[in-house]
Amino acid sequence: MSETKEKTSADATNGSPKPTSPNADLKLDFASFWEYSSAPESSDFVEINEKYNHFINGEFVEPEKGRYMKSINPASEEILTEFAEGTSEDVDKAVQAARKAYNKTWSKLSGRERGKYLYRIARMIQERSRELAITETMDGGKPIRESRDVDVPLAAAHFFYYAGWADKLEYAFPGRKPEPLGVCGQIIPWNFPLLMLAWKIAPALATGNTVVLKPAETTPITALKFAEICSDAGLPDGVVNIVTGAGQTGSAIVNHQGVDKIAFTGSTEVGKIIQKSLAGTYKKYTLELGGKGPNIVFEDAPIDQTVEGIINAIFFNQGHVCCAGSRLLIQEGISERLIQKLKDRMETLIVGDPLDKNTDIGAINSKAQFEKINEYLEIGVNEGAEIYQSKCDLPENGYFCRPTIFTGVGQSNRIVREEIFGPVLTIQTFRTPDEAIEKANNTPYGLASGIWTDKGSKIFKVGQKVRSGVMWSNTYNKFDPTSPFGGYKESGIGREGGLHGLYPYVKLN
Amino acid sequence: MSDRLEVLKTYKTYVGGKFPRSESNRIYRIENPGGKHIANACRCTRKDVRDAVVVARSAFDGWSGRSAYNRGQILYRIAEMLEGRKDQFVNELELLGAKKKNAQKEIEISIDRLIYYAGWTDKISQVFGTVNPVASSHFNFSMPEPTGVVGIIGPDESPLLSIVSLVAPVIACGNSCIILASTENPLSAVSFGEVLHASDVPAGVVNILTGNRDEMVNHLTTHMDVNAIFNAINDSETKKQLDENASISVKRVKHYSQSDWSEEKHENPYLILDFMETKTTWHPVGA
Repeated sequence: MSETKEKTSADATNGSPKPTSPNADLKLDFASFWEYSSAPESSDFVEINEKYNHFINGEFVEPEKGRYMKSINPASEEILTEFAEGTSEDVDKAVQAARKAYNKTWSKLSGRERGKYLYRIARMIQERSRELAITETMDGGKPIRESRDVDVPLAAAHFFYYAGWADKLEYAFPGRKPEPLGVCGQIIPWNFPLLMLAWKIAPALATGNTVVLKPAETTPITALKFAEICSDAGLPDGVVNIVTGAGQTGSAIVNHQGVDKIAFTGSTEVGKIIQKSLAGTYKKYTLELGGKGPNIVFEDAPIDQTVEGIINAIFFNQGHVCCAGSRLLIQEGISERLIQKLKDRMETLIVGDPLDKNTDIGAINSKAQFEKINEYLEIGVNEGAEIYQSKCDLPENGYFCRPTIFTGVGQSNRIVREEIFGPVLTIQTFRTPDEAIEKANNTPYGLASGIWTDKGSKIFKVGQKVRSGVMWSNTYNKFDPTSPFGGYKESGIGREGGLHGLYPYVKLN
Repeated sequence: MSDRLEVLKTYKTYVGGKFPRSESNRIYRIENPGGKHIANACRCTRKDVRDAVVVARSAFDGWSGRSAYNRGQILYRIAEMLEGRKDQFVNELELLGAKKKNAQKEIEISIDRLIYYAGWTDKISQVFGTVNPVASSHFNFSMPEPTGVVGIIGPDESPLLSIVSLVAPVIACGNSCIILASTENPLSAVSFGEVLHASDVPAGVVNILTGNRDEMVNHLTTHMDVNAIFNAINDSETKKQLDENASISVKRVKHYSQSDWSEEKHENPYLILDFMETKTTWHPVGA
């Protein structure tokens, strides 16, 4: 035995390298040999009004104080539209309209009829899908491929899914009779504007509630187009009210006496402020907050599939994803090879015009977010981490960020602990599953995580020990209306999606 | 009555499967309604609270990792142990001024309530877990998991039954907990610790502190390593303060003040779900 072993090792170290394929060192070099012709989606037939007002009680109404804000296209920095800045007067009007609609019409309708309205809305989203996708991309900067293939179809699917629940609620809660809460105040973020609207409005209406929703101040347009859809669908006045504005408008909704429930998606920082301001009230609330998702790769993972998964986990939607896999944890034995493959793959990513169908990474959503990401890049470098960015060209105008990875980081580094919300990945290594679990859980967050291995039993073992609301095994960033989503620990309270997503909108008797 | 001098019990706390005194060595007097001294109870401090949280956190992994069947057996065992010590608890409640009949009823309901929750341990994920028919080719399922470390704030009424009603749903699904017993009526809670200790409940899963609740409640509810609060005190100022404290680390809060702990409505799986999180797992389907 010892003889054979010696022989092998002698072979391997006998001066000459191991025989490999003559092409072993070659890799696809997209940058120099491949030129993609531009393939922009035409925005010609998409109409964006010069000015948008609040949608209250079935009508577009001017803001009481007459103030407007601007929404820009982050890829060109051009102004797209002006929209109303909501004050507490506007919010009050909207809440009153929602209350009236709840008392007079919506709570009197049968579940079946409510469901039929939701089906109508779902269909109309499908019918206007192209327009909605282009608008979403122009207003928010996300690649058209994502808004076309993910955001808009999923938004429609959410309405279809919850439409079917409206007349079947008695089957959802064993031993209990569900009743609606009343008026729901809903505040949504800028990363998936229409999709987050669907996550909020569909279950609320299906369970018999009425809604006052505020879209984010950088991405209000699709919500206002959704208001048009509500009108077209003949939804009774006041069932859905859209009030636009920034943080103060949101705060007016949270603190309004006439609101029975608050649903918020956004940062943990703001979530805590909301939770605090709801203290001592009887308002129900759900919070979908930040994350710092661990993406754990074991040595037995299928490596090329894993590389695709890592790319999708952190660079999907420019990394503006609360459940992004922003902390890569690699088992030591494969880390060098995996990181090299990851770098090679990053070089092929196309960063640029969000409306171009070839674009992989679009524009950073806003100037503020762009500055925040750049600040974190600086922090990472100052903390002594090693930065690697793909060498792609960036457009001259607009807010764009190269896909970035940091190696040589430690658990206590700020770029490892804090949510960056951009295309920035930190990479750490581990030796044993226990160490991976320990590192994965060493965070106040607990929204989502990923695990890559060929061994099923390892998925179940590690998956059980990692404290997060979503566990993507051998995949990442997948969403579906039937699948509950939401965080452990400081990543939030409550679930959205699926049967579990009905709970936040009912009281059980 | 014989001439024999009775042996009195020293009431301590129950932390980490042991019965330590408060680190401060402070005590306070427990008297019956007639003003007669019954016992001295420990007056716990911030440090006692923090020690208990550390212990509860380290017990969580093991307890949540037990099989549901095993947790059910242990909850049933608590009921068995309590049944055998009925007289002890009746006497204790009588000493503090309860009528014998009421005391007996309180113990009996407590025992039955434990059995009710024992039966849920291996059913909760069957009734409330789901397999989700996603449109892409993935297998997708959602299962409830325990939230973590729960801070329980006990009320003054029904000092044994209320504690049992609060603890059983919390530990049935695998959480560990720290209980702040009633300031006025802490003795049954401490004695319940002895029952837990004799029931194979792993050390640190349930920790019971006594003392001036107002001194401890902020320390417990602002602690960053506590995941949820189960509060049975019905005081709007306290509730608001708890809510605000909870927001520091996005704790789940359940306010559950009750006038009658004997009602059957306190036996329901939704109280277990209040201290559970839903985890959804995805895996691709393919050959």
